[in-house]
Parts: sequence; C-alpha cells; structure tokens
Amino acid sequence: MAEAMGFFTDTTVCIGCKACEVACKEWNQLPAENGGVRELSGDSYDNTRKLDGIHWRHVRFIEQFKGPYDGRWLMMSDVCKHCVQAGCLEVCPTGAIIRTQFDTVVIQSDVCNGCRACIAACPFGVIDINPVSGTAQKCTLCYDRLQVGLEPACSKACPTDSIQFGSIAELRTRAHKRVDQLKAQGVKAELYGADPEGALGGLNSFYLLVDEPEVYGLPRHPQLPSRNLAKSSTFSVASAAVLGVLALVGLRKRRMDEQSRAGGGPGNV
Amino acid sequence: MSDSFFTGAPHWTWFIIPYFFVGGLAGGAYFLSALLDWFGGAEDRPVIRTGYDVAAVGAILSGLLLTIDLGRPLRFWHMLFQSEHFPAIMFKGWSPISFGAWAILLFGLFAVLSALGARAEEGRLQMPALRAVGGVVRGGVAKLVAGVGGLLGLFIAGYTGILLSVTNRPIWADSPWLGALFLASGVSTGAAALILLSPGRGATERTLGWLSSFDAKALVVELLVLIAFIVSLGSVNRVWVSIWGLLLLVGVVWFGILAPLRMHAKRQPLASAAKLVLVGGFLLRLATMLASEGIDRYRVAAGL
Repeated sequence: MAEAMGFFTDTTVCIGCKACEVACKEWNQLPAENGGVRELSGDSYDNTRKLDGIHWRHVRFIEQFKGPYDGRWLMMSDVCKHCVQAGCLEVCPTGAIIRTQFDTVVIQSDVCNGCRACIAACPFGVIDINPVSGTAQKCTLCYDRLQVGLEPACSKACPTDSIQFGSIAELRTRAHKRVDQLKAQGVKAELYGADPEGALGGLNSFYLLVDEPEVYGLPRHPQLPSRNLAKSSTFSVASAAVLGVLALVGLRKRRMDEQSRAGGGPGNV
Repeated sequence: MSDSFFTGAPHWTWFIIPYFFVGGLAGGAYFLSALLDWFGGAEDRPVIRTGYDVAAVGAILSGLLLTIDLGRPLRFWHMLFQSEHFPAIMFKGWSPISFGAWAILLFGLFAVLSALGARAEEGRLQMPALRAVGGVVRGGVAKLVAGVGGLLGLFIAGYTGILLSVTNRPIWADSPWLGALFLASGVSTGAAALILLSPGRGATERTLGWLSSFDAKALVVELLVLIAFIVSLGSVNRVWVSIWGLLLLVGVVWFGILAPLRMHAKRQPLASAAKLVLVGGFLLRLATMLASEGIDRYRVAAGL
C-alpha cells in the first residue's frame, strides 16, 4: 500500500472564498442544484449549507455575533473525513465502498445501488444521494488525480493553504507545529481527528479548530455504527425467546385444559 | 447533544416504512404458524395455512418494496452477488442490511414452499409443477421447512430494528432496544393478521382463542420493551416533543397497545382488537422512522 494521504485543514486561515467548492464541482463534474437556480439560505452567507451527493466540499460559515461590532466569523472547508475505521465502508452491503491504496475511502458509483445505508452510518453527515446517478456519493479525495501524481483539486485551488494535502504523517507534524504557534499567540487551538489513537482510528482529513467541535457541526465522539450490533442483537434474541416461551406455554395450557375436560367428561364418570 | 444529531438522514420513508411493517407482520405470522405446525393439532391447520400464505405474500411484497426504494433498482442483486466477480457471494455478517438481504430472500423461499405445501394439502394447486413442489412439502419435510422458516421469520421481524440501531442516526442509534421492539411488534401484528384472516379459511374458536391470548401477552412484552426503549434514549427524548411523539403516545401506546389489551381483557370482539394492533404496528414504525428522518431539517435550520 502506498503512503496514507489526506488533508489537514487549518480553519484559521480559511477566508471563505469557496474556491475549493468550485474546483471540486468542476473537476468531478458535479451537477448544479435545482437546475442551476441557487436557493439562498436567507439567514446566512452560507448558501451551500451542507455536504451532500452533489456538494463534496462545503465551506461552512459560522457566524458568532453578539452585536454589530462584537463577533467573528469561523470558516471551515468541510469534506469527507476518510476515516481510518469508516462506518460507511463497514455497513455497505454491495461492496461499493472501498479503501484505496492511499488509505482513502471511495464509493464506486458503478457498484452502488443506492440503498443509502452508508448515509445513516456516516457519523459526520457527509454522504448523500446524487440525484443524477441515483447512487450515494461523496469526496473521493480525487482518487483519479492521486493515481497520476496530482494533488486533489480543492487543495490545489485553495489560495491560503487552509486545505493542505500530503502524507498523513507529514501533515500531522505540520499541524502540531501550527497548534503550538497559535497557542503561543494566545489562540485556543485544538486538532480534531489527528490522533491515530482517537476516535475511528484517526481521520485522514483532520482539522485545526479554534472552538468546540460542535460549533463546526462536528460530533465530539464520532463512533462506528457497529457499536450497537451485539447489544441490539442480544436484546432481540431475548425478546424472541420470551415470546417463544409465552407461545409454547399457551399451547401447553390449551392442551392441558383439553385433557382435563376430556378426563372430566361423561365417559369417565 | 447526542453525537447522532450531526448525521444525515437516509431518506428511508414511503417504501421502507411499509416494508418494515409488512416484513414484521409476515415474519411474525410465519413464526406463529410454524409453532402451531410443530406443537399444535389438526384443528389449527386453517390458521397454519393462512399464516404461510400471509408470509409468502408479505415476503414477496417486502422484496418488491425494498427493490423499488433503491436509487438504482436494477442493481438490487449487487446486495447478493459481487457485481464485479459474479457469481461470488456478497455477504457481510456484521452489516444488518447485508444479512437482511439474504434473510429476506431465504425467508421468501421458505414461506413460498410452506404456502405451496399448505395449498397442496387443501388440493388448491392447479399447475402441475406447483402441485409437484407442494406435494414434496409435507410430513417431516414440511416440519423442517417450518422450523427453519420460523426462525427466519423471527429474524425478519426483528432485524429491521437492529438495522436502524446499527447506524449513527438520532433515536435509532441512541438505543439498543429497537430490534426487540420491532420483533415484539412484528409477532403481535402477525397474530392480529391471523385473527383477522383465518376465520374465512375455517379457523376454529380454540385456535383463535389461543392467538388472542398470545397476542395480549405479546402486546405486554411490546409495551415493556417500548418503555425500555424510551428510558434508554435519555436526553434524546426531546425529539418526541413533536407530532411524532403525539403519534407514538396516542396512536401506538393508546390505540395500538392499551386499547386492544383492554378489549382482550373484556373479551370484546377479536377482530376489533386485531385491527387496532395492526394500526399500532404501522404507526410504531412510522413514528420511529419519521421522527429521526425529520431531524436533518432541524439541523439545517439550526445552522449546524
């Protein structure tokens, strides 16, 4: 396997230009939404709103304003996390979701049948159906570009290097240095998903955040969907056993009633 | 806030909700018929035959609903075989949806075999080929088919709840009780369907009495599991402050469980209680599915 590759997104230098969104749409030939007529969100400068089957990159605008002169914008270019332990890959019943030689997670559109199990399994709400293909889609980390030695379209287009592409080991070193630099400046900065011992075995697309993960729409403790499998199965088997015993006891009681009626009948008097 | 609130809705709605209901009912009906086949008497045959018919029709309908719901319905077989290496089997034992695809196929096979056997027993098969298959499913073979099919029926009734728990969605992934709840509901709706349909096939009062008595017990189990489910949700229970919570309380708990239990206790007409159980079983799935499905809209509205 080639070296694990991924993204380090430093949200402190994102300027919300959406060049990454545009580059992603253009390279991957993703269709426009609503026939190209953009619906405005009406309550934010963020009109993309979320990742889905035709938005594989989304620049999240977090508007933290207490008053007209007291506030800040947080901006984060969100994308599939390419989890080391991926919930989508775990549940996919068709084998459409694969792990590549770059340790990234890719949905093969020609295999996917649109059952949508992966959508419910993803702890980050990344995947959705592309209405044109009828299949589940998400960021491929530009698998086609990686195979010919090119970097993904979004990081190539990013004008501030908020999205950095490279080997995970190198990106982690770079990210820790940046956190130290920010902390020295008095900025509360933390890495999200950079710890290989952490949730989901680490994320191959990890972030530098300056607020709580929930503020950026990220779960604090993302988990695999299979965590419930053993417990849920055990309770179901127990429920089945109780119902089976109740049914058998009822049948036995019926037979005994029948026998006692037959035993007490006129012929036996 | 539960981490499940950061996920996306899979849009499992107007085909999947009926599938969960029909699949549970079919599985429950087959399970009860198989029990009667093994441990009942000759007088139970009309109910057994009805149960196998209900299961066969339900299994076929379930397969159709599942297939129609796919984004690419013609690729339904990708769940069973590896599309790039046909005929290599596609199976993931740790993925309920993969396990379920095989289970519904096998359950359908066993249900159809049992239904053919039951119809051959009644002499109602006209086509020679079907008559030949039905003729094989009798005696020990019929019992064996019923035994395996009964277990598959229970699996079909419950795995849909496990499938929901093995996600990251609000409500579904926040409790491990959904499998047990759907299983109890599937068996009780199966009994209700048999109470409603088997009198037309000559069911005796004694078999109907046993079904009614069992259904009451299954409803008590369902109620207890429902309480465990709600308790296990903890702070997530705030999602029920909505139309779906009202539906769960009034439609499922009151009309679908407590009212039929009261009718059973007062020995009121069996059919009325059975109809309420069926409505309650459907509403249970509707409320649990849509309460979670709707949360994506709240997430977007909240700007998360």
